[in-house]
Amino acid sequence: MDELLRDFLTETNESIDVVDVELVRFEQEPNNAQILSRIFRLVHTIKGTCGFLNLPRLEALTHAAETLIGNFRDGAPVTGESVSLILATIDRIKILLDELERNQAEQAGDDRDLIDELAQAAAQVSGAAPAASPKLEGQKAAPKRAIPAEAPPAAAVTSATNDSKPVRAKADGAPRSSEEAAESRVAQQSIRVHVDTLEQLMTMVSELVLTRNQLLEIVRRHEDSEFKAPLQRLSNVTAELQEGVMKTRMQPIGNAWQKLPRIVRDLSNELGKPIELEMHGAETELDRQVLDLIKDPLTHMVRNSADHGIEEPGRRQAAGKPEKGTIRLSAWHEGGHIIIEIADDGRGLDAQRIKATAVTRGLATEGEIEKMPDAQAFKFIFSPGFSTASQVTNVSGRGVGLDVVRSNIDEIGGTIDVKSVPGRGTSFTIKIPLTLAIVSALIVEAAGDRFAIPQLAVVELVRVRANSEHRIERIKDAAVLRLRNKLLPLVTLKSMLKLAEAQDETKSAFIVVMQVGNQTFGVVVDAVFHTEEIVVKPMCSRLRNIALFGGNTILGDGAVIMIVDPNGLANAIGSSAAAQQAAENAREIEQRTEAASMESLLVFRAGSPQPKAVHLSLVTRLEEIDAKTIEGTDGRLMVQYRGQLMPLVLVNEDVRVKEKGVQPLLVFADEGRAMGLIVDEIVDIVEERLRIELASQRPGVLGSAIVKGQATEVVDIAHYLPLAFEDWMAWAGGRMERAPVRVLLIDDAPFFRNMLAPVLKAAGYAVTSAASAKEALALFEDGERFDILVTDLDMPGMDGFDLTEAVRKNPRTAAMPVIGLSSLASPEAIERGRKVGLHDYVAKFDRQGLIAALKEQTADIDCAA
Amino acid sequence: MSTTDHAIEYVTATIGGQLFGLPISGVQDVFMPERLTRVPLAAPEFAGMLNLRGRIVTAVDMRLRLGLAPAEAGKARMAIGIESKGESYGLLIDAVGEVIRLPVAGLENNPVNLDARLARVSAGVYRLDGNLLVVLDVDRVLDIGAHAEAA
Repeated sequence: MDELLRDFLTETNESIDVVDVELVRFEQEPNNAQILSRIFRLVHTIKGTCGFLNLPRLEALTHAAETLIGNFRDGAPVTGESVSLILATIDRIKILLDELERNQAEQAGDDRDLIDELAQAAAQVSGAAPAASPKLEGQKAAPKRAIPAEAPPAAAVTSATNDSKPVRAKADGAPRSSEEAAESRVAQQSIRVHVDTLEQLMTMVSELVLTRNQLLEIVRRHEDSEFKAPLQRLSNVTAELQEGVMKTRMQPIGNAWQKLPRIVRDLSNELGKPIELEMHGAETELDRQVLDLIKDPLTHMVRNSADHGIEEPGRRQAAGKPEKGTIRLSAWHEGGHIIIEIADDGRGLDAQRIKATAVTRGLATEGEIEKMPDAQAFKFIFSPGFSTASQVTNVSGRGVGLDVVRSNIDEIGGTIDVKSVPGRGTSFTIKIPLTLAIVSALIVEAAGDRFAIPQLAVVELVRVRANSEHRIERIKDAAVLRLRNKLLPLVTLKSMLKLAEAQDETKSAFIVVMQVGNQTFGVVVDAVFHTEEIVVKPMCSRLRNIALFGGNTILGDGAVIMIVDPNGLANAIGSSAAAQQAAENAREIEQRTEAASMESLLVFRAGSPQPKAVHLSLVTRLEEIDAKTIEGTDGRLMVQYRGQLMPLVLVNEDVRVKEKGVQPLLVFADEGRAMGLIVDEIVDIVEERLRIELASQRPGVLGSAIVKGQATEVVDIAHYLPLAFEDWMAWAGGRMERAPVRVLLIDDAPFFRNMLAPVLKAAGYAVTSAASAKEALALFEDGERFDILVTDLDMPGMDGFDLTEAVRKNPRTAAMPVIGLSSLASPEAIERGRKVGLHDYVAKFDRQGLIAALKEQTADIDCAA
Repeated sequence: MSTTDHAIEYVTATIGGQLFGLPISGVQDVFMPERLTRVPLAAPEFAGMLNLRGRIVTAVDMRLRLGLAPAEAGKARMAIGIESKGESYGLLIDAVGEVIRLPVAGLENNPVNLDARLARVSAGVYRLDGNLLVVLDVDRVLDIGAHAEAA
């Protein structure tokens, strides 16, 4: 075919599709000048090109359409009929383009019928435009689907004809040219590539990934090899290449949905049922090939919904439903698959009819049918030739549709399911694997076989040992994992796969903590190996119904292993009664523990009537000593206490040391050293959920909090300890025979820095604060060394994730553990954290959690040391 | 001589003492399966998955498929590689025989007294010197019944 013609056809077909969509949008938003102007421009361009290529028939047709559209642009009222006319013209143009493609020449013929109608509509409309309002009203009343909102603005615009026209023209002119300029710039940034070329690229990249995996596997077995570094570089490059190539093939599913608004509009008119099409997640991306294959199935199902699902408006009203029926299309990604849902709020499936038809067609016996739950019977609608429609309408009901849909989806490795509630509606759910998806997976072992678990669903790995912080507990016979202060239901992989019985191992286990949607649970495995980038291959079609598997893959060492489907696992857990019970119990206990996680505070008075408080856990003992035993030398007070000389410190200068009688003291002791804090009065010990509202800049005070309804100053012990023993901190650290762990705390909010730093100091860490990621990096540049990084994740400018990435990239700091603080812990955030190399993730106000996380990371440092 | 139109070449195999044939056009290869990965929760006829030159192949145990007792453990088995709907399968058999050429006209319908289990997967039979050769219908062979449902 002529190169020029081919390009013309490709571009024009694309433009026509856009006009189609835009027209339907325009009908719903007739006041939107932008849409209208876009339509006009496209049609105008097509007309121009047709003229240039000497295609008179097309040119004449487009010209007629352009005239009518031009009238709209000049303010003429838009009617449903005129839009239908233009749509009909578009359809004719499509037919002509098809013929042009087939015969390489324009079909001889005439489009007088349409052209005349278009001219008539244009004349009518332009005739009405400058006329007075009454005529406009008359025009408005007649057509069925006139848009009343148009009347006042149109009248207003057109009554001042001469003035308005040039203004509008100018107004249109300016944005138009800049829009055009913008569009042509965008066009220049893209090029057309043949699909096969990309296909080839994709195949090569997959092979590259697999070969790289094989090399990694080999190198893994040799401890130091000069291959390691270059291989690492190769691996990074491969990963980026893979990402890049995948991007070229991905297209938003909205492309497959493009034609649907028009189809629904036409159906709606044809069937006399007002139907609204909602589309959610149109930007969800999937492979181009898959997109092509599901276009038709989707269209078919939407037609089905409109035809059979949505009831007539009268029936809907009688049922108390809104007159307008809704068909909702949704798409989203979930664990390596794309899920597409087509739902309607219509009459639902008739289970009885389906069951009867199934028996008539011999698909099931009377006996089987009787016992069959409705949900299972619904699956019969996918059988070939199955149709319970009493009338075969033009639109659907011929019974050839859904089985073809299912086999199409089967071919691309997907599944389709249907749910329905009588009287409420029906929804189809299609699940398609993202073909040639290369995902990161954790390789684990259960009952001697290896399995892959997509990294995306893995939150963390937990090793339970005899005396570890995490424990497996049994609540009413179901195993749960106590993880920090949460309880998670547990399942054993090998027993879920029916490979072996789960041993009653509460002593030692490897647990993969997974999160699917808002379900978090632990999976007990026999061993955890490593993570590997795997190419997901869909399961053999005859094994696809095993819900626990989402595909299989070939590992770097050549072995074929199954890939666990996190959703399948979550569903299995969700539906297992024992697990449900465990989850319920876990929730109960969590609530109780949360209640228990109120903090114990010691309230006292020192130097002012306003109460002060300190964490009871920090206080070793409360004492009341005989004031006379207090001795003072060099302005430093002390007392003989349990055979040692204990220094005494005043909370502030307003505190008066008693001269006689009883002097209350708060004793802080640590490994044989003790210090006494002199207070005026010990008031009470209370349980309170501590929220330090206002952080203080004054030394010795963490901030203010409401304790039992009273504003209370919370005291910072870390301030006083060094006053007693200058080297308290270093000593406390030295006890471990190493320097104190240096923590770099990064948070853009001074409030948090001031709140956390003292807490960490009190726990024995040497804390340096930085107000931004930039500051932190500057510190590293200056040669400052730290053992652990604790960073806020949500910071303006460079956020905690980016900082972690930068830390990992720098060889000097690459091994440093990084703990992220955040107020949100969505699965995406957690995944992002894992990707950049975050070691742990703690909620912002969870001070205990932070201390625990620090302990964990410190222990690792100890081991490494 | 005789034109190829009138005869088809069959790959023959023995399963449980019975002779079977597969039209050679449908056979990809014959191989010795190694490193079979079992598929938990699948019907027992699925012997597992294996990697054949980079392709994932689903192995079907023909003895179990035909309702026979499983092979003795440790005995080496051969597999005939076939393709169906773009997917690769390996049919595990006891022994592979020769490739023989049989006239199309000689294909007979299943005898009335053919074992039901064989009839289920048969596309017809040949009578060869007192031996019966059952021609396998691949689609029906792969139509393995009720799968074990996941938990």
